[in-house]
Amino acid sequence: MMRWWHSPASETQITHGQRLWLYILSALIMVWLVAPSIIVIPMSFSQSQYLEFPPREWSLRWYAHYFQSVEWMAATRTSLLAGVLTMLLATPIGVAAAYGLFVSRHPLARFMFILLVTPIIVPVILIAIGAFYIYVQIGLVNSLLGLVLAHTILALPLILVIVSAALKSYDLNQELAARGLGASRLTAFLTVTLPQIRFSIITSALLAFLTSFDEVIVAMFVSGGDNSTLTRNMFNALRDQIDPTIAAISTIMIVISSTLVILTQIFGKSKD
Amino acid sequence: MSAAGDTALNARLLQRDASVERWSLLGLASPAILVVMVVMVLPVGWLFYLSFLGDDGQFSLENYNRMIESKAYGRIFWTTFKVSVLTTLICILIGYPLAYFLAQLPSRMANICLLTVLLPFWTSLLVRTYAWLVLLQRKGLLNRWAMDIGLWDEPVKLVHNLNGTLIGMVHIMLPFLVLPLYGSMKAISEDYMKASSNLGAGPVQTFWHVFFPLSLPGLFAGALIVFVLCLGFFVTPAVLGGGRVIMVAMQITTNIELFFNWGAASALGVVLLILTLGILFAASRALRLDNILGGGHG
Repeated sequence: MMRWWHSPASETQITHGQRLWLYILSALIMVWLVAPSIIVIPMSFSQSQYLEFPPREWSLRWYAHYFQSVEWMAATRTSLLAGVLTMLLATPIGVAAAYGLFVSRHPLARFMFILLVTPIIVPVILIAIGAFYIYVQIGLVNSLLGLVLAHTILALPLILVIVSAALKSYDLNQELAARGLGASRLTAFLTVTLPQIRFSIITSALLAFLTSFDEVIVAMFVSGGDNSTLTRNMFNALRDQIDPTIAAISTIMIVISSTLVILTQIFGKSKD
Repeated sequence: MSAAGDTALNARLLQRDASVERWSLLGLASPAILVVMVVMVLPVGWLFYLSFLGDDGQFSLENYNRMIESKAYGRIFWTTFKVSVLTTLICILIGYPLAYFLAQLPSRMANICLLTVLLPFWTSLLVRTYAWLVLLQRKGLLNRWAMDIGLWDEPVKLVHNLNGTLIGMVHIMLPFLVLPLYGSMKAISEDYMKASSNLGAGPVQTFWHVFFPLSLPGLFAGALIVFVLCLGFFVTPAVLGGGRVIMVAMQITTNIELFFNWGAASALGVVLLILTLGILFAASRALRLDNILGGGHG
């Protein structure tokens, strides 16, 4: 212990002991970052009407309430469906765009790339009311299709950035070699390039699902009726009162997103 | 035909092929472009048009005049600005040490510790806002613990005000600052620090004169993202502000849901968009922002 204390912590010869404050501060910040989500989990298993930590009596009451509620179940189905459909739509068109724009040396490519990443910059509230306004005109309000299209443009920037980064670190000459040996452009892409960027594609697909699944503001405006999303219903419930059912739903959502993020970490670490 | 003619013909054909290929590659992006045009560009353009229509459907600047004249709107813009600046500053104060700590860890440890940033980053913002609501409320965990250890005797109002909003927003925004900052700190070569200490600088001097200036672009990028995202924030102030912290995005919603006033909502949206793009544009001239967003060409 004493040896660690006096050993240099970095190239500047500062010792671990002198930097102890940094370690303590960082540890506190990290705890602060994860604590709120973690504390909600045991609270959701409480028997009481009031959220307690730690719960005096454990029960699955709020989970039962959630799983037996027709509305919550319908909302969950909508959210999962929208997430999967967004992933299935955004990933192929996003990967196609990333590849096309990366390989094409057309002067327009740069401009188009910027256009495709702007949805991450434009305030979501503006996208939400804009989509709502157009959907009213063409009858897409409260439809699953409208929700999926709007979530798709929110997911595209992520896919473009992740896949372009992967393409940058990949040597496109390999594809040229395959084509020189007689493969068509498509075959060369599918058999040479695609396998080497597949982990980035999987990562971006998972994040596309999460983008849709967690999204609140667009869903608030363009989803509704039978196609209300989980987040929309949760937000409305939050404005009224602190319903412990939300703690149960939150726990389920935390488990889903943590699983996906850890998966993306695993895929991200495997060499593309 | 002569050999020279052949070559010229070949060159022309090749050129045509290359041009066709460039266009068809560009065409691969067309489905994505189409969706973005229909769902975002077109509607936002339409809102822009609506913002210049008065109640009578004629061209008018009344929606913008209202923003300048009305005290209520002035207060909303001021609140939005205040909350965004405070959130950004607090994020810098606690995000910088954390990113610095993470950047100096051995990579295995760093990956594990980074999860504490990534997991909240990808946990639904609604869930995290809800968690803070539960923790900060009158009979919440924080008040109970504070009273148990004697920090204060009466429950303190921690939520449904500016404090609660700031706590929640900093919590949600911190990863947006830490992740780019961490990336840029990792890119700083240790050789500079070695050189500095070889030349006789102490650790503190090395930090402030060598490391800190090199980390500024990353800090600036992260702070910029946080600030711009804060400007358009909705969910967290709506839930944790309890109606006392009204930001632009919330007023837009109210204009539509309560008053069905599309002109007023659109004008606010246009101002919000122009502020956002203006800040990003100004900043991208100050430093090369396309590096941060990961531009298409390397």
